[in-house]
Amino acid sequence: MQDRNHLSDVQATNSVSLIENGLVEIPMLQLLDENGHETNKEQSPEINETTAKRISTTMQYIRLLDERMVGAQRQGRISFYLACTGEEASTVGSAAALSENDMIMSQYREQGALAYRGYTTDQFMNQMFSNQLDPNKGRQMPIHYGDKKLNFMTISSPLGTQISQAAGYAYGQKMAGEPAVTICYFGEGAASEGDFHAGVNMAAVLNCPVIFFCRNNGYAISTPSEEQFKGDGIASRGIGYGVKTIRVDGNDVLAVYAATKKAREIALAENCPVLIEAMTYRLAAHSTSDDPSGYRSKSEEDKWRAKDPIERFNKWLDGKGWFDKKATDAFLEKSRAEILAALKKAEKVPVAPIEDIVEDVYDTPPWHLKEQLVELKAHIAKYPEHYPKTSGRLK
Amino acid sequence: MAQMNLLQAINSALVTAMTEDEKVMVFGEDVGHFGGVFRATSNLQQKFGKGRCFNTPLTEQGIIGFANGLASHGSVPVAEIQFSDYIFPAFDQIVNETAKWRYRSGGQFTCGTLTIRTPYGGGIAGGHYHSQSPEAFFAHIPGMKIVIPRNPKQAKGLLLASIRDDNPVLFMEPKKLYRAAVGDVPETDYELPLGKADLVKEGTDITLLAWGAQVEIIEKAAAMAEEIGVSCEVIDLQSILPWDVETICESVCKTGRLLINHEAPLTGGFASEIAATVQERCFLYLESPIARVCGLDTPYPLAHEKEYMPDHLKTFEAIKRTMDY
Repeated sequence: MQDRNHLSDVQATNSVSLIENGLVEIPMLQLLDENGHETNKEQSPEINETTAKRISTTMQYIRLLDERMVGAQRQGRISFYLACTGEEASTVGSAAALSENDMIMSQYREQGALAYRGYTTDQFMNQMFSNQLDPNKGRQMPIHYGDKKLNFMTISSPLGTQISQAAGYAYGQKMAGEPAVTICYFGEGAASEGDFHAGVNMAAVLNCPVIFFCRNNGYAISTPSEEQFKGDGIASRGIGYGVKTIRVDGNDVLAVYAATKKAREIALAENCPVLIEAMTYRLAAHSTSDDPSGYRSKSEEDKWRAKDPIERFNKWLDGKGWFDKKATDAFLEKSRAEILAALKKAEKVPVAPIEDIVEDVYDTPPWHLKEQLVELKAHIAKYPEHYPKTSGRLK
Repeated sequence: MAQMNLLQAINSALVTAMTEDEKVMVFGEDVGHFGGVFRATSNLQQKFGKGRCFNTPLTEQGIIGFANGLASHGSVPVAEIQFSDYIFPAFDQIVNETAKWRYRSGGQFTCGTLTIRTPYGGGIAGGHYHSQSPEAFFAHIPGMKIVIPRNPKQAKGLLLASIRDDNPVLFMEPKKLYRAAVGDVPETDYELPLGKADLVKEGTDITLLAWGAQVEIIEKAAAMAEEIGVSCEVIDLQSILPWDVETICESVCKTGRLLINHEAPLTGGFASEIAATVQERCFLYLESPIARVCGLDTPYPLAHEKEYMPDHLKTFEAIKRTMDY
C-alpha cells in the first residue's frame, strides 16, 4: 500500500460504515516460550555464547542492584529509587542488539541498558548518592543517570520529553553521516504526552533513524493501561504515523533482541523511524514512593512472576549448555558484595563544593550568578554550623 | 554596506552562518521553500538544500524538542516559532529541557548551540494572538539568554552572535519593524556582543530604557522632551538575559532618573526586575521614583491597539512627571 498524501488519491465508497478498532490486531513476536524453548528456530536471532551470558548476567545484576537500592531507600540512605524488576529482558535485550555508537535516550527505568553498556557499580552509586563524584554534580534525583562516553543521554524527569528530542538527535546523526541510530525508551503512560505525537510524527516526516521503544508494562504509577489508552496499544499508533512497527513479547530476550536488531538495520539503511512495543509487566512498584498493593492484586502479579524474563532466558541458556549454575551463583555473590561495598563507599563521599552551584547554568557564570555566589558564601561563612555539607570547604 | 530591512538582515545573518558552518540548520513551520510567513528564511532551502532548511509539522513542542535533541548532538539548530504567541506549547521543552540540559548533566551534554528565533510584539493589527511580548516569562529561566534587536544592523550582528554563542538563545524579532526598519547593514560577517546594552543617545536629565520596537518610541519621546529642555539619555537594553546592569546603573547615577518602557503588560514585566535592581544599587542617586511605561494588564487588544500601547505620548507625559517629582 502506498502512502496516501492527497485526498484525491483516496478511494471513494458509498457505504456509511465506520472502521472499528480491533478489526486488525497486531500480533506479538515471541521466539521463546515460557519454558525457554524456541518457537521458531529459523527466526531466532544469532546470539553467541559471550553475548548471551552478558545479557543474562546483566539482567541478574540489575535485579540485585534494584533489590539492594530499594532496601537502601527504605533505610533512608537514598531519597528515591525506581526498580525495573520484571522488565529486564526489554531493556537489556534491546541494548544488546545495538551498536555502542548508538545513542540511548531513556526514560528512567532503563538501568539495564546502561549496565549493559558498562556503567559500573561505583558510577550507579555516585549518582544515587548525589556525591561529588556524581557526573550530575548532585543536581538531580537518584536514577537520573547519564554518561557521554557510553552514549547514554542524561535522564530528565518530565515524562516523554525525550521522544521529540530523540528524533532531533537522530536527524543530527544522519546529517553528520554517522553510521548510528538513536534509541528512545518510554513507557505506555508517556505515550499519552503530546511529545509522543510530536516526536513520532516529526521522526516519520523528517526521516530520522530512531528506534522508539515502548515498554508497555501495564501501569503508569497506579493507572492501568486500560485507563491509559483505547485501541490496540501503542503499536497501532506507530502504524497511524506511517512508522514501521513491531510488537514483541517484552519478557522474551530473543524476541526483543531480534526485533531491535531488525529495527536498527531498517532505521540505518532507510533513514526512518521504527517503533517497537514490548509487552511486559512492571513487577516492581512504580517507585519507592508507591505501593502497588493498593491498586492491583497479588494474583495478577503472580501470573506475571511465572513469566519471569530472567528464568525464561536462563532455561534457554541451559538448553544450549551455556548455563553454569556454579558460575552464576559465584557471580551473584560477587555482585552482592560489590554493590554493598560501593554503597558504603559512595555514601561517605562528600557533596560537590558550594562553588559548583553556579556552574553549568551557562557556559560561564554571568554577573548575577557570580554576585549571588559571593553573597551565599559570605552567609555560609557567618553560619557555618547550619551548612555543614559545604561550610568547611569554602574557597 | 547595503540597505536592508530587518528581514533582509536576518536572512543575511542566516546565509552567513549557514555558509560558514555546515552544522547550522534552519527549520520551523513553512520556513522551507516558502521562506517563512514573513520570508525571513527566503532562498535558504535553494542555497543550502532541504536537509539544512526545512519545514516541520505544525508542532511547537515538537520543533523545540527536536531542536534540543539536534543541539545536544552538536549540530547548530536555528528553530523558528512562527509567532511568539505560539511558543507556549513549547514552554515545557524550553523551561525544563533547553535551559537545564547542561546543568542537569553536570556539563556532559548541552543544548548551547540552539537559537530559537521568533517574531514578537504588536503594531500589526494582529490582536492578542499575534502581538504578545513574552520575554519576561523566559527571563525567569536560568540557563537561557534572551536577545532582542531594534534595527537591521543590530539584528544581523546579534543574531550571528546568538547562533555562535555556547548557550541556548531566545532571539525575539520585532515584527512591526520587519519591513519598516531599513538601514545600512555590513555585508560582511560581524557580531555584536550579547549581554551588552547600546547607548543610543547621551543625555543628562533622565535615562530612558527600552528594547526592540520600543526603542524608536522612547527616541521619539526624547525628541519631544528635548524641545521643552529635558536632556534624555536613550539606551537599548538589547539583551534581556543576562542584562547589562553596569551600563544602566552608570547612566542612572549620572542622570538621577530612570524610565523603562516595554510593550508587555506592566505586572511582572521585565521592567519590574530592572527597577528593583536599580533602586538597590542607585538608591542615593535617584531623584525621583523609577517610572514604568508599559502595556496594560490586559490581553493585547485589536481595536484599541493604539490606546493599549506605551507610546511616545505616554512616555513623554511620564518624563514630565518624573522631572517634576
